[in-house]
Amino acid sequence: MEYFLNEQQKTIKGLARRIAEERIVPVRAELDEKEEFPWEITKELANADMFRVFIPQEYEGLGGGCLDLCLVVEELSRACGGVAISYAADALGCLPMIHHGSEEQKSRYLPAVASGKRLTAFALTESSAGSDASNIRTTATRERGHYVLNGTKQFVTNGGAAEIYTVIAMTDPTRGSRGASALIVEKDTPGFSFGKKEKKMGIRASATRELVFRDCRVPEANLIGKEGQGFIISMRTVDRSRPGVAAQAVGIAQGALEAAVEYARQRVQFGHPVSSLQAVQHMLASMAIELEAARAMVYAVARTIDSGAKNFTEVAGMAKVFASDMAMRVTTDALQIFGGVGYMRDYPIEKMMRDAKITQIYEGTNQVLRNAIALELMKRKAKRP
Amino acid sequence: MNLVVCLKQVPENPKIEVDPQTGALIGAKGKLVINPFDMYALEEGIRIREKHGGKVTAITMGPPEAEEALREAIALGIDQVIRLSHPLFEGSDTLATSYILAKAVDKLEQPDIIICGRQTTDGDTGQVAPQLAEWLGLPFVSYVSRIENIGDRCMVVSRMVDEGHQIVEMSLPGVISVVKEINVPRLPSLRGLMQSKKVQIPVWGVPELGLDVTKVGPAGSPTRIARVSFPARTSQGEMLQGSLESQVDQLIERLRAAPE
Repeated sequence: MEYFLNEQQKTIKGLARRIAEERIVPVRAELDEKEEFPWEITKELANADMFRVFIPQEYEGLGGGCLDLCLVVEELSRACGGVAISYAADALGCLPMIHHGSEEQKSRYLPAVASGKRLTAFALTESSAGSDASNIRTTATRERGHYVLNGTKQFVTNGGAAEIYTVIAMTDPTRGSRGASALIVEKDTPGFSFGKKEKKMGIRASATRELVFRDCRVPEANLIGKEGQGFIISMRTVDRSRPGVAAQAVGIAQGALEAAVEYARQRVQFGHPVSSLQAVQHMLASMAIELEAARAMVYAVARTIDSGAKNFTEVAGMAKVFASDMAMRVTTDALQIFGGVGYMRDYPIEKMMRDAKITQIYEGTNQVLRNAIALELMKRKAKRP
Repeated sequence: MNLVVCLKQVPENPKIEVDPQTGALIGAKGKLVINPFDMYALEEGIRIREKHGGKVTAITMGPPEAEEALREAIALGIDQVIRLSHPLFEGSDTLATSYILAKAVDKLEQPDIIICGRQTTDGDTGQVAPQLAEWLGLPFVSYVSRIENIGDRCMVVSRMVDEGHQIVEMSLPGVISVVKEINVPRLPSLRGLMQSKKVQIPVWGVPELGLDVTKVGPAGSPTRIARVSFPARTSQGEMLQGSLESQVDQLIERLRAAPE
């Protein structure tokens, strides 16, 4: 399909694909097996200017929008969902700063992020605050020009690998979600350490870790926006990043479909390649139809965001739900076409299925996003009966 | 430090066809790429610049299509590129080609190191680099697999030889040809790719280089191809027969019997 990408977007997509094929495909199985953070590939992505894509031009970036970021994530995910999310989580970690940070914060941190020298991460989730994100317990108490952080953040993508963290903590626990604030915390700040490293089902090349704060003092100047804006900043941030997760799902599914087509053409049973069986053909066709529909939707939503739309919560959620449900179905069917060998870890297809699963869960479960979409439908009807 | 990398655009598919009548190589078909060995030369040039500062210039002799190769060099991080082209260059052999390259290198600002790939994947002669050094009157070291150290007016390199590695000190300026063991070439960068699309590529021909026209094209090419043939395959493997165990036994016996 013709998606009318501009010159810069075509260049970004082409180079991301080259990196994926030449540098990620050969090592993806090993990274998955060993659960190793892809430092070598991170360096390659940095040298290729990939971390500049989503940073504004004033801070040594390329000034690309949501669509540009989605193109990179999609192409990397086609090879490995774990590597791709490490890249995408870096964008997520600095989105609050890009959209809500002060001039001083941006010029202090963003050039190092653009060059890929310093990775970032976003820390919202806690053990008691998953879908119920407003129920966070980590506190940030103001004390003589500093905020003193106490608490534990959970499931932080790029945790340990990143050097710059956007942490959501309660500056006023009595005010509920209106008492949350967003703070920039640098690695190696006294009182800030890393806890449990998670062992995951999929996206195993990515680092998922706890952040532990014990009387960790952060300068007041690290507050993003104003006190009490932490929750709204978080919600706007994930609205912007959900198309990225959707693009990850599209990329994973694309990789799985291509692998399934190739395998079906070479696997001979009953004297013919299994691709000659209509049962297999129809599965492949349905996979391709759903995949292309999801891609068209993701690009359209990314363009909506890039056009400067004010409220895109609903459409960003739609793209994430649709694409991730699609990826789960497509990778499951792709594995089915591989048959017995697909279940074995010698082939990449079972990893794609494991990687796809998380896209239905993180950055808002598909159930909680359906709630939000339904709520918008009801609100609209209530306004104009 | 001023570095010059010489490169050539070759067909991506290395399958060579020969005109049965004339014995000449049949022109490129399909996609053209930078000669793979020249990729290592480009990478080494960029790495030397990253370590010692300076500027890397890439030159190629070729038709307008060769601009693509030079644009790729820019995308990788080469500072300046020049295409050498003139109607009289057509039909140049390695001697005439190296003469043209030498005149171009002469015109550049005092190069310190000139880097070439060990050979091309189409012509496969490996002659251009040593001939270039000869025209320039500079020292030449072939098959360089590692640059050990670059000093003020000299450089220590390791070169591959049949028996292993040879450490050579050469004076600078000088010419080297590199092998694939020297590095892992990088991929282009986004900023490089975007810049490469905008850059104007200068073309130097006979007048710009002040060439002696009797030394270029067919007039300057003493090479005459008498006949081209493919070598017959002489060495043949031997298939051992019998069960796996007996094949292993046979193999061990052969190895024991073989001369040291």
